[in-house]
Amino acid sequence: MIDIIGNVLLGVGAACALIGSMGIVRLPDVYNRLHAQTVSIVGGAIMILLGISLIEGLSLYSLKALTIALFIFLTSPVGSHAIARAAHKSGVKLWPKSVVDKLAEEKP
Amino acid sequence: MILPGIIIALAGACLFCLVRAVLGPTAPDRVVAIDALTAIISAALVLLGVFYRASFYLDVALVYAFLSFLGTVAISKYLEGRGLES
Repeated sequence: MIDIIGNVLLGVGAACALIGSMGIVRLPDVYNRLHAQTVSIVGGAIMILLGISLIEGLSLYSLKALTIALFIFLTSPVGSHAIARAAHKSGVKLWPKSVVDKLAEEKP
Repeated sequence: MILPGIIIALAGACLFCLVRAVLGPTAPDRVVAIDALTAIISAALVLLGVFYRASFYLDVALVYAFLSFLGTVAISKYLEGRGLES
């Protein structure tokens, strides 16, 4: 049963990684591409690591895989936030059809 | 395990990320693409390490994820025009 759940997690994670990378290619803007990058990292890589550790059972490999998953889960939002703020501060233009830009309104 | 299909899907994802990293018009585009590429390659390294029963692949994946995070933060600080201490 746990083996079946792990295999399903592996398949869903591979599909999410592929779809998120397609979004990185197709979307029009840095900020929209950050949205697709989150799908590719959290939905793809972390789900694959959880599936591996479920298939493997309790061993050295599954503990290391869970450690890597926790590390990526903690550091990916920090990196995304930092790069979005740096892009906005260094003057990367938004997509022309964007609706609202709260950070530009906040600037003094 | 359904390993070959998963490896092929991850290779396709890496190819798409590389296309954006080559084409990207600005620097944050490339950083975003390389960040996603690094996470996918870490997952593939763990997959191969469990499949081949080689434990050092997992250590390599952990160090690779850490260096990716460090590089992303350093490049974003550089693009903001500030030092690392502020």
